[in-house]
Amino acid sequence: MALTLEQVRHVATLARLALTPEEEQRFSTQLSAVLDAVAQLQSLDVEAVEPTSHATLAESLLREDVTRPSLPPEKSLANAPAKSGTSFAVPKIIE
Amino acid sequence: MPVSDFQPVIGLEVHAQLLTQSKIFCGCSTAFGAEPNRNTCPVCLGMPGVLPVLNQRVVEFAVRTGLALECTVKKTSVWSRKNYFYPDLPKGYQITQYDQPICEHGRLVIDTPQGEKVIRVRRIHMEEDAGKNVHDASGGQSLVDLNRAGVPLLEIVSEPDLRDADEAVEYLKAMRDVLVYLGVNDGNLEEGSFRCDANVSVMPKGSSTYGQRCELKNLNSFRFLKQAIEYEISRQVDVIESGGKVDQETRLWDVNKGVTRSMRSKEEAHDYRYFPEPDLPPLHVSDAAIDAAAKALPELPRAKLTRFTSQYGLPAYDARILTAERPLADFFEACAAHYADAKKLSNWFLGELMRLLKEEGTPLSALRFTPAQLAELLGAVDKGTVSANAGKDVLGEMFRTGKAPADIIAEKGLAQVSDTGAIEAVVDDILAKNAGEVEKYRAGKKQVFGFFVGQVMRAMKGKGNPTLVNDLLKKKLGD
Repeated sequence: MALTLEQVRHVATLARLALTPEEEQRFSTQLSAVLDAVAQLQSLDVEAVEPTSHATLAESLLREDVTRPSLPPEKSLANAPAKSGTSFAVPKIIE
Repeated sequence: MPVSDFQPVIGLEVHAQLLTQSKIFCGCSTAFGAEPNRNTCPVCLGMPGVLPVLNQRVVEFAVRTGLALECTVKKTSVWSRKNYFYPDLPKGYQITQYDQPICEHGRLVIDTPQGEKVIRVRRIHMEEDAGKNVHDASGGQSLVDLNRAGVPLLEIVSEPDLRDADEAVEYLKAMRDVLVYLGVNDGNLEEGSFRCDANVSVMPKGSSTYGQRCELKNLNSFRFLKQAIEYEISRQVDVIESGGKVDQETRLWDVNKGVTRSMRSKEEAHDYRYFPEPDLPPLHVSDAAIDAAAKALPELPRAKLTRFTSQYGLPAYDARILTAERPLADFFEACAAHYADAKKLSNWFLGELMRLLKEEGTPLSALRFTPAQLAELLGAVDKGTVSANAGKDVLGEMFRTGKAPADIIAEKGLAQVSDTGAIEAVVDDILAKNAGEVEKYRAGKKQVFGFFVGQVMRAMKGKGNPTLVNDLLKKKLGD
């Protein structure tokens, strides 16, 4: 199943990736190959098999509703490219 | 076609912050009002390599809410990732539930001018809240506070069963009452811990196909919800009337201008590419847990309202106010156990007590007097020991000091004179002093009666039992 360049660009935009025209071509081919592989699986008859959302059979582990110490804000913000007080600073969000 | 030829169709999505101590997937505090980013850790900051661990109280609250809204609680539900980029979403995705939510197919009953109406609840799911953006007034940047990131939310989605803005408001109020009764949410629209989006469309009356819908945001009061929906209905009708078509889009309620406006930035983001959350296995809820939650459900607002009208014989108006909040309803019932005339008790609640609570800003939990004391005061008014007016003063004093009503009546000399002999003496005296007026009265000028009452009361410093004063005056004047 061939993925159009249009679809590649849409996915790239959603993932915030800036692709060159060459990359768009290359990923179109590569992503199409992935889709082909999935299409092959889809030809199998799995009518009687329950869908699997997870590979492990782990039971959900729950925690008690108790608080634990958080990081000091200096640490939370240590990797921030920009900050103001104890807030992360980002380019102005325009609505 | 005028607006009246169109049928609005409305569905609401409610987001309710759950009253847990800690966040949904980590141990950070959910307390409101902390310094920015004080309640953050590697999990809710979205650091690489961390894993979410689900807070069991969140599941309990979701099950409780689902049962209260008569949903099917699913024994297996699945977590999903909703992918989008925004500065307040540290991981680049929100952990939520998508195709397999924890609860489905519920209902909530509301009141409409035509009577009761059932609004179907499509689904309830659990998810994490995002952080908060503050737009720096001074400069070209926005500030991000992630204290709210990871606070647990319930999203409750109705079917498009609402037909006008008033029904939407009734639904939202009823939903808030239920969540607050259940103790899962504080119901605070202004602070944003109880939020609502509205999906609004219009179609020609009699049509069976819904029109294109718009999603309205920023509806942080019941008034804004009503105004925004009404504005949006007329906007959509105008668009159709002028030959255009309504675009499916997200629109923001602009409080200052009183209009909804398009949020174009949200458009492309609607492609969320959901997939199952690999870091969390499917959630299993046991039958035993569901049964236990069902047994522990409190009486819900609507059931309580119905019971207040039947058990206490109260008018619906009284019952509605008394049951609006659980602590008030509980206090009323505690008082009713000591005092038989529920309507009279209700009058004191709706009048003096609620006025005092409002004026003094006191929560019911901090009341200084007991139900038995309130009953004692009402009994004193019934017996004529104090007048109804003086009773109000006594209640105010009980409210402020917690002293027993009998003590207050004695201390302040508020006791009413109900001794017939004492009143009769005053009445005789007044009539003797005002022979001219008595003559006029007997000649048919009946309005002079009020003058006599006033004179007697003044002579008795307002403490004469008004019923006895009236009776004696009438008797003496020969009526």
